[in-house]
Amino acid sequence: MAVEIFKEKYRSQVREVVLGATKDEGGTRAQTVKVGGETALPFLHFEGKVPNRPVVAMEIWDIVPEEWPASLKSYFEDVYSDPGAWARKCVEQYGADLIAIRFKSADPDIKDASAEECIATLKKVLEAVGVPLIVYGCGKAEKDNTIIGPIAEAAAGENLLLGVAEQDNYKAVASAAMAHKHSIIAQSPIDINIAKQLNILIAEMSTPLLDRIVIDPTVAALGYGLEYSYSIMERARFGALQGDRMLAMPTIANVGHEVWSKKEANISEEEQPGWGDQAERSLTWEVTTAAALLQAGMDILVMRHPGAVKLIKKQIDELMQDNS
Amino acid sequence: MIIIGERINGMFRDIAKAIREKDPRAVQEWARKQEAMGAGYLDINVGPAVADRVSAMRWLVEVAQEATKLPLCLDSTDYDAIEAGLEICKQPAMINSVPAIAEKMDRIFTMASKYNAEVIGLAMNEEGIPKDAESRVALAMELVANCDAYGIPIDSLYIDPLALPCNVGQAHGPEVFETLRQIKLLSDPPPKTVVGLSNISQGTKNRELINRNFAVMAMACGLDAAIADACDEELVAAVATARVLLNMDIYCDSYVDVFRSQNQ
Repeated sequence: MAVEIFKEKYRSQVREVVLGATKDEGGTRAQTVKVGGETALPFLHFEGKVPNRPVVAMEIWDIVPEEWPASLKSYFEDVYSDPGAWARKCVEQYGADLIAIRFKSADPDIKDASAEECIATLKKVLEAVGVPLIVYGCGKAEKDNTIIGPIAEAAAGENLLLGVAEQDNYKAVASAAMAHKHSIIAQSPIDINIAKQLNILIAEMSTPLLDRIVIDPTVAALGYGLEYSYSIMERARFGALQGDRMLAMPTIANVGHEVWSKKEANISEEEQPGWGDQAERSLTWEVTTAAALLQAGMDILVMRHPGAVKLIKKQIDELMQDNS
Repeated sequence: MIIIGERINGMFRDIAKAIREKDPRAVQEWARKQEAMGAGYLDINVGPAVADRVSAMRWLVEVAQEATKLPLCLDSTDYDAIEAGLEICKQPAMINSVPAIAEKMDRIFTMASKYNAEVIGLAMNEEGIPKDAESRVALAMELVANCDAYGIPIDSLYIDPLALPCNVGQAHGPEVFETLRQIKLLSDPPPKTVVGLSNISQGTKNRELINRNFAVMAMACGLDAAIADACDEELVAAVATARVLLNMDIYCDSYVDVFRSQNQ
């Protein structure tokens, strides 16, 4: 007897967000990237549409990432001095869909670089690659608030994805995105209520920004509370599909940042003989974390290891195959 | 809980006057106001004093639709008037209402099927409003069976268990709550439920307090919709809060505002 598969019907969908802008659209990108738009839970093609495949952004820095282990660092050894070349290598050789640049140099405890220095780097990267860009500051809000405006202005019309707006500090990024036509990352600390509230706060500044928000729910690496991120995302996505417009945004995860700061990615086999080869272990750690997040509905994965990127892109290909 | 805004009703003097003088202003003002305050549907009732209900209904629907995109709930005991309204509704409407009486169900469910409308079914028949939950549920089942027989999706049927004013029929209260619970067990998917909220407090001196307490208690029993005063801010806030407490909406600090703006 044929078994009829029960299909869930949802009444709403995730918003579709376009990143980057081509020449016709006021930018200089060779192509734009669309994310979101799902009308069903992740990859359940038989229940609805997953119109845009999840994408992988590769993370680059504007300084040499001394803290990265040799097994990761070695892939980029030839391009550290030139963020443009680094970005190009990620796109051309490793298949990055987007580039996420982190302006580490702006950190007052590192180089305290000025907005102008960051802008010069950004321009090099914009010239070097045609993919849309994600821009992160140094992670220290006080400094980031002073550089985000000038950076947004210098790249006006490019529709960068600007990071990060938080509940206690969203106005600088939101104003920059609003004034210079960029998109915005709304980050909440593994807290669905704050994720929703932050979107409302941003919408109060500018309603059109609602269609340019990407939620960063904050993810944890495998072994560090990944399941909390997973259940938050699951709940948000159910809410979105059932009509909660304030949670119906595509999502982004800083996978590389989380994974590569953990001891499992860094400690050598000599130190922990039972843990196996560090290079293989760390790559697997990044892929596994990313794969779990894909299942939770993550739309943009920001990753570091070229080998991990390759594997996860293969998995995305398979997951995007029609199963209806 | 969906609020079906009750204010466009010929029982109110300004609406009666608007119908009499064919002056759409009051109707359109209330349409916009109720929408802004959180109504999900607008009840349209020509009231008791109108001679030609059919043309009055048609006019009310026309002018209301100029002011709002909300779906309408056509409220009349004159089924010709309801049909006249359905003919010109720009989106699927709700019919208010039909009792569990065979010939009336025939007419209404045929109409609902033709115009793709939702239906409010009253848990009463020729013998009037039942006293207990059991009899109300039996009538609800008759409505469900008829709805199904006409090929109308069961979740397009809203059953009103009929609550009486609490100062008159106090004993009905618990029966109504029990009916709401049991209706959800009648079918899968179950029918929806609705009450005429202002009815509960008719003739009392604490109308808003009684209305919002009843609304919250009924929601906990599975109430899906109420014909109510959408401009009662405390009521809307209570409903938004109950939705959060029942885990129907995800909490955030601005949840009341989010609930109010959800139809906009």
